Amino acid sequence: MKLITAIIKPFKVDDVKEALKAAGVQGMTVSEVRGFGRQGGHTETYRGSEYQIDFVPKAKMELVVDDSNVDQVIDVIVKAANTGKIGDGKVWVTNAEQIIRIRTGEHGADAI
Amino acid sequence: MLFAADIDTGATAWVLISIGLVAFMTPGLAFFYGGMVRSKNILGMLMQNIFAMGLISVLWAVVGFSLAFGGTGKYIGNFDFAFMKDLSTIAELPGYTGDFGLVIPIMAFFAFQMMFAVITPALITGATADRLKFSAYAILIGVWAVIVYPTVAHWVFSPNGWLFQLGALDFAGGAVIHVNAGVAALAIVLVLGNRKGWPREAMPPHNLPFTVLGTGILWFGWFGFNAGSALAANGLAAQALVNTHLAAAAAMCGWLVVEKLKAGHATTLGAASGAVAGLVAITPCAGFVGGMSPIIIGLIAGVVCYLALGLKTKFGFDDSLDVIAVHLVGGILGAILLGFFADVKVNSLGFDGVFFGGGTELLQDQLVALGATIVFSFVITWVVAKVLDATIGLRVSAEDELVGLDQSQHAESAYQ
Repeated sequence: MKLITAIIKPFKVDDVKEALKAAGVQGMTVSEVRGFGRQGGHTETYRGSEYQIDFVPKAKMELVVDDSNVDQVIDVIVKAANTGKIGDGKVWVTNAEQIIRIRTGEHGADAI
Repeated sequence: MLFAADIDTGATAWVLISIGLVAFMTPGLAFFYGGMVRSKNILGMLMQNIFAMGLISVLWAVVGFSLAFGGTGKYIGNFDFAFMKDLSTIAELPGYTGDFGLVIPIMAFFAFQMMFAVITPALITGATADRLKFSAYAILIGVWAVIVYPTVAHWVFSPNGWLFQLGALDFAGGAVIHVNAGVAALAIVLVLGNRKGWPREAMPPHNLPFTVLGTGILWFGWFGFNAGSALAANGLAAQALVNTHLAAAAAMCGWLVVEKLKAGHATTLGAASGAVAGLVAITPCAGFVGGMSPIIIGLIAGVVCYLALGLKTKFGFDDSLDVIAVHLVGGILGAILLGFFADVKVNSLGFDGVFFGGGTELLQDQLVALGATIVFSFVITWVVAKVLDATIGLRVSAEDELVGLDQSQHAESAYQ
């Protein structure tokens, strides 16, 4: 089982969610984060003073999937989250050692 | 009580409402400033402001009002009205005779003046943001509210006061409130030191919606601050109200134009700050000018106060929320412009300024009043700040400053 983490632009959350649901994904978690990659930050002005703000608001989506679905899910995310402009984000995959459904106590693939 | 025949019920009703309007300005100020600080310090800022409503109100009732308006002395009042003695029965205030006679109950006058006394030290909180120990702040404003504020109020507002008798004009407290608080803020900031990380570290406002809301409340309350100072429900109050609004409006426009040209964007913080700068500048002028003067005064204030923002970077002092640029500079500007734009046709109890055939006499009196207020407030405040710093310490510890005032001073957090 794998944990897929995607950092995407906040306004893309709905598009990615709908695309994932359409692809059969049944659960995910979203959090508001700040980050930067090669995009860098932006400047903001307050009373004439310019501030360099490095961190840009992003959304983090996490979902656990069966090994066999990883490639398909990545594909769905990348397509839905893509705008072609700098700052689109990244997706990465890590191992999910154990997954347990709290309500039922199911383990492993049954818990996805 | 003032006998029924002597009280103007319309004036009294208007002043009673103005008391509420001005009182509302202190929480308005709290949010104006609060939105501009970092989220870990918002409760610290809000607390300092609403606490002023608590402490200063009591001190005003106990001794402040009496020191400001008691007796007939030129330089300070007395203790005749300490603990509000006689205030509900006295027929008139010493010195408030003839043209200056009050047509409202003395109790109403006492309460109206109280709201000014409350908000004046609260103005300082913007300059000292994020690093002033709450206990030191409480003692500092308590002492200030007894020694500094009533003295300056007496000099300028009371017909017995030496600056009033000199001929200086200050309709609603440009010198007494804004210059007084502004220069006191400067004195304290010089003792307190700059925020850790200033000016390298970015410390942008955490909640500009609060700031804009606070601005709206201040603007609204300022109608009471300036037009209420007519102490009458008449054409002069109407003129003061119109002046107040137009100065705010024009100052906002002036600030935004300069901001767009120099910084590239017209910002919400700029619109809010510009309006406040105009409100500050018109405060001394409100009941003494007319026609297009408030618009001109406002425009100048918007531009000049924006340019004054650079003073702190130039001289290296961390006036966190630009109290000096807006209140000190704005107040000085308003008092000086009054020397030009005052028109006796608007208020027969005033004098003509340079542009209205009065020559430079009023302008000179304004400069004396400014000089006296600045020197007195700066020196006394600086001494009090130094004494407090040497005894209990003005500043929070380095770690407390990093953790934030909310946690360190009040064991609270604003946003869970």
